[in-house]
Amino acid sequence: MSIASPGVPDRAAGASGGEPAPRGPQGTAQRRRELRHRPVGGLWLPAGVALALLVVPTVGLLQRAPWSDLPSLLGSPRLRDALVLSAVTSAAAAGASVVLGMPLALALSRCGPSLRRVMRAAVLLPMVLPPVVGGTALLFALGRRGLVGLWLDRWFGWSLPFSTAGVVVAATFVAMPFFVVTAEAALRSADAGLVEAARTLGARRSVAFRRVTLPLITPSLTAGAALAWARALGEFGATITFAGNLQGRTQTLPLATFQALEAGRPGEAVAFSVILLAVSVAVLLALRDRWLSR
Amino acid sequence: MRVCLGEFTLELELEVPAGGITAVMGPNGSGKTTLLRCLAGLEATEAGRINLGGRLVDDPAAGVWIPPERRGVGYAYQDVRLFGHLSALDNVAFGPRCRGTGRSVARRSALADLDAVRMAGSAGIKPAKLSGGQAQRVGLARALAGAPPVLLLDEPFSATDVDVRPLLRRQVRAAGATVVLVTHDPADAEELADAVLVLQAGRIAS
Repeated sequence: MSIASPGVPDRAAGASGGEPAPRGPQGTAQRRRELRHRPVGGLWLPAGVALALLVVPTVGLLQRAPWSDLPSLLGSPRLRDALVLSAVTSAAAAGASVVLGMPLALALSRCGPSLRRVMRAAVLLPMVLPPVVGGTALLFALGRRGLVGLWLDRWFGWSLPFSTAGVVVAATFVAMPFFVVTAEAALRSADAGLVEAARTLGARRSVAFRRVTLPLITPSLTAGAALAWARALGEFGATITFAGNLQGRTQTLPLATFQALEAGRPGEAVAFSVILLAVSVAVLLALRDRWLSR
Repeated sequence: MRVCLGEFTLELELEVPAGGITAVMGPNGSGKTTLLRCLAGLEATEAGRINLGGRLVDDPAAGVWIPPERRGVGYAYQDVRLFGHLSALDNVAFGPRCRGTGRSVARRSALADLDAVRMAGSAGIKPAKLSGGQAQRVGLARALAGAPPVLLLDEPFSATDVDVRPLLRRQVRAAGATVVLVTHDPADAEELADAVLVLQAGRIAS
């Protein structure tokens, strides 16, 4: 008997003993295909409907894009302001999600089961909450007369609503759960045996975490940060409720797109959308090649 | 010493002479690995005392507990446990680096340690690309690196080719450490061990 590696024709099958093999290389390859093949069959129709639902809107957008007017639209100050603001606030929100979310994920992965249930519910809430509700809640908590906002204003003179910092807070509110959930899952599935191995090799607990656990879960952390960033970039509801829609200050790209549509400038709305689409696709492709494909 | 893990209780008294090699044998679930884990500080005992090289490392009655990183043991795990993000060389250099050896010195001596188990040619390779036996040899080199005074070896040759085992046994003997060797292979016990201990359901059977 002989076992060839995948993709290599099994020549030895018929070669030993001089007898003609019952099936040649062709037969082996065919049997192998049969073994691996999982028929799609009746799945094509529902899968096709689902795929169409996801892809057709994007195709429609690209089909309607005013390609010839695009250069002049791209030069508009409205777009430039919104693009810069979106880039800055989404990056800041992703950064805040990582910096604040990592200790939370660590605490979640280490605390007892009953406390974990409560904390996890709190983390998941912003993911299922309608963003407008989140924005309203932020307004009443962090507004000048809010539970926390009152003191922020009184002690530091800070007012978050309708400010660029407010945009970052709103985006972090909706984006951080994506990082925390991903990071916690990675931490909990990290191999405890490897930490033991590091410790018997002389590593203190903190060193074992830094030099073994952290490098091993870096791909997951990167994926979580990318998810949080994508969510922050697309943020709309909480931002418009909490931070308003002021050009150059709180008007991010999604808000500018919505306003262009409302104001009867569909060409501009499509152009803005194409930009958002291009940025999202570019970043996802870059991440996939670097980290996500592992 | 005594340790309880759920329904299972390991209770034994054992003295391994300095520089001696004691083989521990016995059926699955008899407490062989638990014994090594207690010695390494990965399990806490409930009663009794553990001395390693004349130093008390675990004594619940006296409130003594030395954590694994300060016990000075080299541990070769049954499931190997190489760090997937590090090359074979950096796996072996990991222990000396943690104990304060400079990077270049640690890597140079790690290469010598790999060479001793005939794995120097795979120094730059990540564990995922090694076969089970090769990974086990790297794991043994990692346990031997930095010449720890106590070696805990949990079936360290089980996946290796039969023809390299004599070499590996020689390396273990040459380390000059006090060794507790868990094995299923009578040849290991016969050729390497000064004393053989058989465990049965957490107690010494012979």
